[in-house]
Amino acid sequence: MSSSPNKPAPVPPAQQGFVFLPLIAGWLIPGAGHFLLRKWGRGALLAVSILCMFAIGLAMQGKLYANAHDILEILGLLGDLGSGLLYVVGRAMGLGADWVQLTVADWGTRFIVVAGLLNIIAAVDAHNIRTGRKS
Amino acid sequence: MFSPSHFTAVLLFGLFASTVFGITQRETPQRMFRYGLYCFSLFVGSAIVLSWVMYLIAR
Repeated sequence: MSSSPNKPAPVPPAQQGFVFLPLIAGWLIPGAGHFLLRKWGRGALLAVSILCMFAIGLAMQGKLYANAHDILEILGLLGDLGSGLLYVVGRAMGLGADWVQLTVADWGTRFIVVAGLLNIIAAVDAHNIRTGRKS
Repeated sequence: MFSPSHFTAVLLFGLFASTVFGITQRETPQRMFRYGLYCFSLFVGSAIVLSWVMYLIAR
């Protein structure tokens, strides 16, 4: 006996629940949005890439922005906040340099900011998968 | 303190950024890999070309 053609298709478990959960989880923890959607490989690669970029930035004595005194610092702070809990933990542990005195430390600061921006891209990608815009 | 050369920093930056770009901007694994490779080559290639341009300007 076949099912009725008007019966809606069953919703996969990954598509259930709060629609913004993958976006928020992906922002807080790199790759978590994709893990929630059971995209294990993509999530692992995104998590490794973003975590490594953030960690290498700190290892290069990069600066974690804490103030918003001028437009450049505001932009840097916004980029850093894209890392979610990584930024919060880094600030809480006192990681990152207070002053950038070396060229390598300047590159490290860029690594940290770009890690945050890449994390935002990854979280939005998880949201697109959740809403069905992307497979 | 981790203190890479400028070129090593470019390679690391390009590797991680290309991985994220490839995964997020394409749908299938094969196209993700190809787009990631394309982005990586653009990152590294443009860094090399700009380095030569700056070297020639500075002479």
